[in-house]
Amino acid sequence: MADCRKIGFNGKNGEAVKRGVSLAMPIVVGYLPIGFAFGVLAAAAGLSVSAAAAMSIFVYAGSAQLIAVGIIESGAGPQVLAVTVFLVNLRHLLMSSYLAPYLGVLRRWQQAIFCFQLTDESFAVHSTVFRENGTAGPPASLFALNGAAHLSWITGSLAGAWAGSRLLVDTRLFGLDYALPAMFIALLVMQADNRRRIMIALLAAGLSITLYLSGAIWWHIIIATVVAAAVGALTENEEETEGADKL
Amino acid sequence: MTGHTYLLAIFLMAAVTYLPRVLPVLLLSNKKLPRPFSRWLSYIPVAVLAALLAPALIAPEGQPDFSLTDNPGLWVALPVFVIARMTRSLFATVLSGMAAVAIWRLIT
Repeated sequence: MADCRKIGFNGKNGEAVKRGVSLAMPIVVGYLPIGFAFGVLAAAAGLSVSAAAAMSIFVYAGSAQLIAVGIIESGAGPQVLAVTVFLVNLRHLLMSSYLAPYLGVLRRWQQAIFCFQLTDESFAVHSTVFRENGTAGPPASLFALNGAAHLSWITGSLAGAWAGSRLLVDTRLFGLDYALPAMFIALLVMQADNRRRIMIALLAAGLSITLYLSGAIWWHIIIATVVAAAVGALTENEEETEGADKL
Repeated sequence: MTGHTYLLAIFLMAAVTYLPRVLPVLLLSNKKLPRPFSRWLSYIPVAVLAALLAPALIAPEGQPDFSLTDNPGLWVALPVFVIARMTRSLFATVLSGMAAVAIWRLIT
């Protein structure tokens, strides 16, 4: 049964904040160069520094922002932008649904802020940590992680927008462009911790790449996830404990 | 776009982004979910991570690229999976992945 005690702030905040920031480091390393790339592209498309910064502050969705820049460049209007961004980010509906039971211990305003900063990467980390600990943990840790990630995204974007085409940064330097894929691999391995979950992951991967190459861009993630997760749920038998089939 | 249209555009983008992120939590977080639904939810993270990774590794530029020189990320992923399994450490995995890609680019 869900424990309805609200986890409030306590004296262990310092530890929690440090933990949150530490977990955010791979995201920070990934977001700075990609944010920079977004800033440069935004400037090239004619956006002002403040417009680019506003997108990174208020929209805070990497892939959607990059696509939005392309759409703005093509001259399409705000309605096309809104619909496209909505479709691109729709997968967060699934992620938010997964996190929801764990976030019941947060106050409403905390939930509102947490969800504002929900991205693929923060979800990847949060979902793995929540699952391992069985709980969301102290709010200070959650906000430290999300805050560090968001700040690095904004910082990268500002730097890129300001630098514009004056400065060309190769995101392939030091393998920076591999920070996020490597992080996803690490988290996927932690999530796929028994034979069946590995099969589900492979199924999702196969569906995703097939749909992607068939042109169902952005839908490929949602459909692959929904179907693979359904197969997982349907083939689950009485293994209440996840100890079954562990490698 | 004019200045005012930008404001509208950013507001709309922010709104359509925020709604899918917040509505499930606002609506579901204090409810007891039906068992089949929560069972399905429990597979979302593993499925979505795989769904996100597959195209990023196999077709980073849109088309499948199995060449070691042009798409090192796909091949580096193999040892990275092993390191992830062995170390179960986010840092070790990310650093080794980045280092492998950086070194590969240096030597090719």
